[in-house]
Amino acid sequence: MVIDALSWLLLTSGGLFVLIGGIGALRMPDLYTRMHASSLTDSLGPMLVLGGLALQTGLSLETLKLLIILLFMLITGPTATYALGNAAAVSGLTPAAPDLEDN
Amino acid sequence: MEVLGLFNYWVFAALLMIGFYALIARQNLFKKLLGLSIFQSAVFLLYITMAKVDGGTAPIILDPDLVTIFSNPLPQVLILTAIVVSISTTALGLAIVVRIREAYDTIEDDEIRKLDRRS
Amino acid sequence: MLVIFSLFLLSMLVVTAIAIIRSEDLFSAVMLSGIFSLLMALNFFVLDAADVALTEAAVGAGISTVLLLGALALVPNRERNSRRKRYTFVYLTTLSAIVLAISYASFDQPRVGDPAAPVHQHVAPWYLEKTPELIDIPNVVTAVLASFRGFDTLGEVYVVLTAGIGVLFILGNSRTGVLPRRREPKLTSSLKNHLIPRVVGRMLIPFIILFGLYVQFHGEYGPGGGFQAGAIVAAGIILYALLEGEGAALRVLSPYVLVGLAVGGALLYLGVGIACMLLGGAFLDYSVLAADPVKGQQMGIIVIELGVGLAVTGTLLSIFHAFAARDQ
Repeated sequence: MVIDALSWLLLTSGGLFVLIGGIGALRMPDLYTRMHASSLTDSLGPMLVLGGLALQTGLSLETLKLLIILLFMLITGPTATYALGNAAAVSGLTPAAPDLEDN
Repeated sequence: MEVLGLFNYWVFAALLMIGFYALIARQNLFKKLLGLSIFQSAVFLLYITMAKVDGGTAPIILDPDLVTIFSNPLPQVLILTAIVVSISTTALGLAIVVRIREAYDTIEDDEIRKLDRRS
Repeated sequence: MLVIFSLFLLSMLVVTAIAIIRSEDLFSAVMLSGIFSLLMALNFFVLDAADVALTEAAVGAGISTVLLLGALALVPNRERNSRRKRYTFVYLTTLSAIVLAISYASFDQPRVGDPAAPVHQHVAPWYLEKTPELIDIPNVVTAVLASFRGFDTLGEVYVVLTAGIGVLFILGNSRTGVLPRRREPKLTSSLKNHLIPRVVGRMLIPFIILFGLYVQFHGEYGPGGGFQAGAIVAAGIILYALLEGEGAALRVLSPYVLVGLAVGGALLYLGVGIACMLLGGAFLDYSVLAADPVKGQQMGIIVIELGVGLAVTGTLLSIFHAFAARDQ
């Protein structure tokens, strides 16, 4: 009972974070800010979702597989974000900066 | 509930025609190949939809004495073959597009036909 | 609940397909087609097709995106929409009429999941009943693919091999030769100056290949098999080629080795069939391979799945190198 409720909580909050990341990727003005929005939630969202699923499978081989998947996602997610940002910077994309008035 | 039970087939029809539209209406050869791959995926969706059984699971018999409902394995086998064949034809099509680009310097169908008519 | 989820996934498919067609930048169209393949894999999994979902994810979202990008590097990457607009209305009305006609015809179909549908009545219950008795492996899809319908799978391996041969011949010529030449490492581009992807990638490649081997030999007990494993191992080696440069990847696995893998896998499959004939059975009748017919079937399935995996790995890597080695 408690495990089910906790699992529900983790799954819903994981989904919520991924949704926020998606909204951020849509509404941000520039590539760098969009990547920042979606990559942070790409690490937290799977952690919560897979944690919620691991609570459901208990202590078994499936939990180990879920943890290995989580490890894989935590390693490759930030690497992909770095490679994307690096490629953008190397090809000359400058971050959008607000126009500052001289005062 | 009849509506929900046939939604897969309507999605199949929509994807089929979307892919077909790209094949006939777009001039870019690369876009035509992408449309062809959407067309093929729609056909896969049709077969796998037909294989589903209510309350079934994937056809993996872990315990032969336990009576379980399984989904139909036969369309899944056919589509496994079809997926691999589809990527083979896509690879071959891409190779031909690359050679056309090198021969005509463009991959737009109307420009290629104009160049052909001129020569 | 699952109904709403699957409705959502199917609608996302249609939205993504429309986005692919409408985007003029071909690079974003290729990325969207990778998303389309992943959504398709999710849909297959919701419809209980685990093997097919794994194949679509590995082959469609993985290898197909790489090949499309490899070809996109060699062609102009914007679509010039110079077509006259007046035919678009004709196309759209005709195709909408066809969609409505197919939807009208779909009302004759049994609803999705109906256990009394004709497709579930004749051959499928026989396969589900006889597999534990005749072949005794848990994954019925592998049993049907490798043993009951082994002849179709033999044809499929040869289709893959033919596509590889075709690509090698189309992208090679008499001057440079059919197989890509090994070039000096300095001339090939790589991620040499980007330390983080190189370190992480090098750490991951052994695990990717190990997972590919796991999927290959676990195909009888769960979703998996030769095609998925071949695509996964090919993806691992393509990652190495992206990180270290395509010249380095050609030095690790030379083009001759790749062609040898492809042809060897296909000949292995054929060889098992001929061995069955020489031992007294029919072509591809694995029961005669061992004293116990069930053990013979299992041995036959393992060996031909190995042949399939080798052929798919060799062919996909040859195709990748043919595109990557093409001089712009």
